[in-house]
Amino acid sequence: MLTTHPDAFEQQIASHRDYLLRFARLQLRNDTWAEDAVSETLLAALARPQAFAQRSQLKTWLVGILKHKVIDALRQQGREISLSSSDEDASADDLLDQALFAPDGHFAEPPADWGNPEQELGSRQFFAVLEACTSKLPAAQGRLFLMREWLELSSDEICKELALTPTNLYVQLHRARQRLRECLDLNWFASPKAP
Amino acid sequence: MKPTYPLKLSCKDAAALMLAREDRALPLANRAALRLHLAICAACPRFERQLLTMRNAMKQWRGYVDGES
Repeated sequence: MLTTHPDAFEQQIASHRDYLLRFARLQLRNDTWAEDAVSETLLAALARPQAFAQRSQLKTWLVGILKHKVIDALRQQGREISLSSSDEDASADDLLDQALFAPDGHFAEPPADWGNPEQELGSRQFFAVLEACTSKLPAAQGRLFLMREWLELSSDEICKELALTPTNLYVQLHRARQRLRECLDLNWFASPKAP
Repeated sequence: MKPTYPLKLSCKDAAALMLAREDRALPLANRAALRLHLAICAACPRFERQLLTMRNAMKQWRGYVDGES
């Protein structure tokens, strides 16, 4: 890599910008922060092309850098991020619970059988639905959920980074998972899929 | 909280524990109660499988996002 044209390397890196931006936005829920994190990622990559020399996949390398930049941004914006969701979100979550369960605590209707969708879960279409459902989570919930699921931080780490109490974190993650389940149930598993 | 036998869960309680389990280790008493409930309930194992499917889905998505697939 060291002997290739610098311009070519620069172009290659820049070609991944939109891809990186998509996930920075999904995680940070703020266009300015996301664009900053991606810019910092591209600059960091350009500043040390030798770090890429041993790697096979440029995209994988860039995503790795992006994750660090995104965690930095989350840390800096921690105060704003750790604001709990609004009352409106909370009552929407209560409604979700009420729809799912009868007053006696039984399921109102048995959860659907999702089958064994191992193959189709890997499809581009499914990922599009999954990302749409994730992006529809309230911002605070979505950020925390992706810190677990994309950045793969432990609950302890998230609490430390954002100065959240475990109880608050668990409530938010619980709601996020419940909403995501509902959204996938409605938009993927219940609807007939194109072949 | 309403008084309940510690080992007797409603489906709603069981679902809450299954969701919590995705993000933290449950205390032994909760794990035992959940296991007992899952053994006698028809609906909750389906919920459990849905969560397992979601966990697999997120794992595959992560690989896809990270450029590994």
